Amino acid sequence: MTTQTAQTKMTENAVGRPVPAEVNGREQHPFAGVGKHRPRGCKVGPPIPTNADYGNDKRVGSLREALERCGARDGMTIGMHHHFRNGDLLVMPIFDTLAEMGVKDLVFAPSALFPCHEPLIRHLESGVIHHIEGSMNGPIGRFCSEGRMRGVGVLRSHGGRFQAIQDGDLHIDIGVIPAPAADATGNANGVHGPSACGPLGFGLADSLYADRVIVVTDNVVPFPCLPWEIQGQNVDHVVEVERVGDPEKIVSGTTQITRSPTRLLIAEYVAQFIEEAGYLGAPFQAGAGGIALAFIQFLAARMRAGGVCAPFARGGSTEHLVRMLEEGLVGAILDGQSFDLKGVASLRDNPRHVATSPFTSYNYHSKGNFASQVGVAVVGATEVDLSFQANVVTHSDGLLLHGIGGWQNTLAADCSILAFPLFRGRIPIVVEEVMTVCAPSEMIDVVVTERGIAINPRRADLIERLRGSSLPVVTIEELYETARGICGEPEKPERDLSRPVAIIKWVDGTVIDTVFKVGGERTSP
Amino acid sequence: MQVARAGRDAKEDLTVELSPSTAGVEIELESSVATFYGARIREVVGEALEALGLGAVKATVSDRGALDWVIQARVEAAARLLAPEAIGDRQALPAMAAGAAAVEVPRDRMRRSRLYLPGDQPDLMINAGLFKPDGVILDLEDAVAPPQKFAARYLVRNALRAVDFGGAERMVRINQLPRGLEDLPEIVAQPVDTLLLPKAERGGDVVAVAERIRELTDRTIWLMPILESALGVENAYAVASADRTVVALAFGAEDFTRDIGAARTDKGTESFVARSKLVLAARAAGVQPIDTVYSDVANEQGLLASCREAIALGFDGKGCIHPRQVRTIHEAFCPSDRDVAYAVRVKRAMDQAEARGDGVISIGSKMVDPPVVARAMRVLELARFYRIDLERFGR
Repeated sequence: MTTQTAQTKMTENAVGRPVPAEVNGREQHPFAGVGKHRPRGCKVGPPIPTNADYGNDKRVGSLREALERCGARDGMTIGMHHHFRNGDLLVMPIFDTLAEMGVKDLVFAPSALFPCHEPLIRHLESGVIHHIEGSMNGPIGRFCSEGRMRGVGVLRSHGGRFQAIQDGDLHIDIGVIPAPAADATGNANGVHGPSACGPLGFGLADSLYADRVIVVTDNVVPFPCLPWEIQGQNVDHVVEVERVGDPEKIVSGTTQITRSPTRLLIAEYVAQFIEEAGYLGAPFQAGAGGIALAFIQFLAARMRAGGVCAPFARGGSTEHLVRMLEEGLVGAILDGQSFDLKGVASLRDNPRHVATSPFTSYNYHSKGNFASQVGVAVVGATEVDLSFQANVVTHSDGLLLHGIGGWQNTLAADCSILAFPLFRGRIPIVVEEVMTVCAPSEMIDVVVTERGIAINPRRADLIERLRGSSLPVVTIEELYETARGICGEPEKPERDLSRPVAIIKWVDGTVIDTVFKVGGERTSP
Repeated sequence: MQVARAGRDAKEDLTVELSPSTAGVEIELESSVATFYGARIREVVGEALEALGLGAVKATVSDRGALDWVIQARVEAAARLLAPEAIGDRQALPAMAAGAAAVEVPRDRMRRSRLYLPGDQPDLMINAGLFKPDGVILDLEDAVAPPQKFAARYLVRNALRAVDFGGAERMVRINQLPRGLEDLPEIVAQPVDTLLLPKAERGGDVVAVAERIRELTDRTIWLMPILESALGVENAYAVASADRTVVALAFGAEDFTRDIGAARTDKGTESFVARSKLVLAARAAGVQPIDTVYSDVANEQGLLASCREAIALGFDGKGCIHPRQVRTIHEAFCPSDRDVAYAVRVKRAMDQAEARGDGVISIGSKMVDPPVVARAMRVLELARFYRIDLERFGR
């Protein structure tokens, strides 16, 4: 594999952003518009196995043995998953082991990274990892933004990861799936055992499409491990370790309802907006953290008062969403990941609370998906601009600090709401033009802040419904001016436009924007 | 070497350290927003030092996203600590923001809720108006720790100029006398509507403040003395009637219970007599009686019960220490349908009596006494304030 050099051929995509024509030796398609990219041909498949080669007991003695038997070698792509979020205990041992084995130039394809993964930087520096395709947060994002990663990072949404695996853009050589419960043949789930963490859906694509699949567990149960969210017929090896993850840390501080009066005010505005826009009782997307979590309690109160029930909610399950299910305010939880242990227990015990994968919920290559059946989704953003384009990966200073997660995918909801304080630590969130386009303007319907609510002019129906509302409905330009009036005019940060350090994929696999190397003095809140 | 410091290491705030320099003005800056506002922060610090007449000073600034008016306040406070004589009466004032004009409130303005904001926490001030309290109180007294008090005076002064409190009555709680008198020159020159006088105990306390204000400005600034001691409560009427600018009497339960040697309870038995006495004195003097704060911010039901009790005792308002309390208070003070219906009947009877040229107002066979009429008028005024449709009640 080559190191990305300074001169890369750039083309302009449908949202006017320069994107590289080739990344890490692979040709790229520039973003062509929502729903415009229609690849032909067949989905990829893993090599054909023969069960004569497999016994029913696939346990091996160590991670190293499993990796050796999978033929781990230079340049391979390793897929891993984040259902333990910040309580992951597997990513570091895997890469430490690969480093010990002397393997280098690997591509790491995690479904998401968390602060606990900061030590990966040593493997990025030493060349064990060539580049990351997945998400880059915090210190690893900074490492990449400073141009220190050997290859170019590729950021995909949860749905986009599944899409890329299916159409061959991302070929996983070895998938390693942590499982709270597994039997010796590799059937596995996430709801039983001391490390129960919720759905394992993020690992599903790897189990189906990776050349080799390793299930790692701290809880080997007798065959059959039921439910079998991951099926043993797809698994090569099972490794037993002392601890596979720390489920206490999946919480990551994101499931406490915020106490910030400003955020609560925004959450109340969101709930009122949902009711007045006619979406009370529509399926909704529930998230974790801050406003995305807080609006649920206000929505629940309005649903209770109005005597309406939503047929389903998309989780991110939390105890708050579980309470709504138990109260009958939502008919079912279609769960992508659990954000707390009450969510895990409900998934295990309540038949109306089911695990989903990015295939069923988000994937561009599925024949329909849940995300587009959701009435209203409430998510955050790092920036939104005057044309309603939004950014979720870089801060205004250009530093790559967050993954895309399911963010792009949830925007398929009939009404997508971005909710955030108008400025954070003096930095305005409503800007003239976003640093990085992660969603085109037709995907964002409403922006809700503590100082006003702006509706995308494309949604004349919503503007009409909100006429005469007591909510502070304003234009996006007014929000922009208000933020500038309070914070002052920010300077434009410097970037090295000759040095792409990462690309942002849209849900269909096309490149919607490029992250460039940051230059000059760097700070970020 | 001589060093002066001001500010806090907190979000949306900054710390400023000033020391004499031999090389003119030097600014050393570290900021969480340096990428966006580094040049602006240097400019603001430099201009503030120039306005204060300090030409040879080294400024070490550590910023976490403070707005310009906060930076100016912190620089001025540090500068005044470093070289008070050299500065004299020079100031580093922020420009007056569009939404920062004094509201010029009438003396009997609605004062259901007043939101306390610690005078040294700019992050809480910026959004306070969004919660629509009837009044915001920039607090220089108990919410500010003694070492921060000096700097808080400049922060509060600048907030009065630069922050849009969204139509709320702009109040400042000055320090207890005599220190409170020192707060006045910086404060009363700014768009402030009302001053709260903590631990008021004698009519003379009020007169001292009122006269000092008149020396400093021609504008009328209302006073709200807070009674928080046995002596204050005993002298309630004298305090309420000490000056024509007194518009309300407030109660401070925390200090009061400490003063009488009792513990503060949920039931409030220990302050029942004092609060009633305050209501009587306030009504007798023609000013508004305002109740103490409810301090368990997470207990919405408790706050509601406390408001209902305050209303039953005759109070016109309640203090709040958290923005989430504002709405609950406003809901509590909204008159019930029953009260409004009765008030409408009283008003109709009054109109009829007037038409007859009769001094006796009666509903059916029952005579209505003047205090009942007065209460009905207050209920109607509240109903109008809450935009309650009086037609619904046959009017």
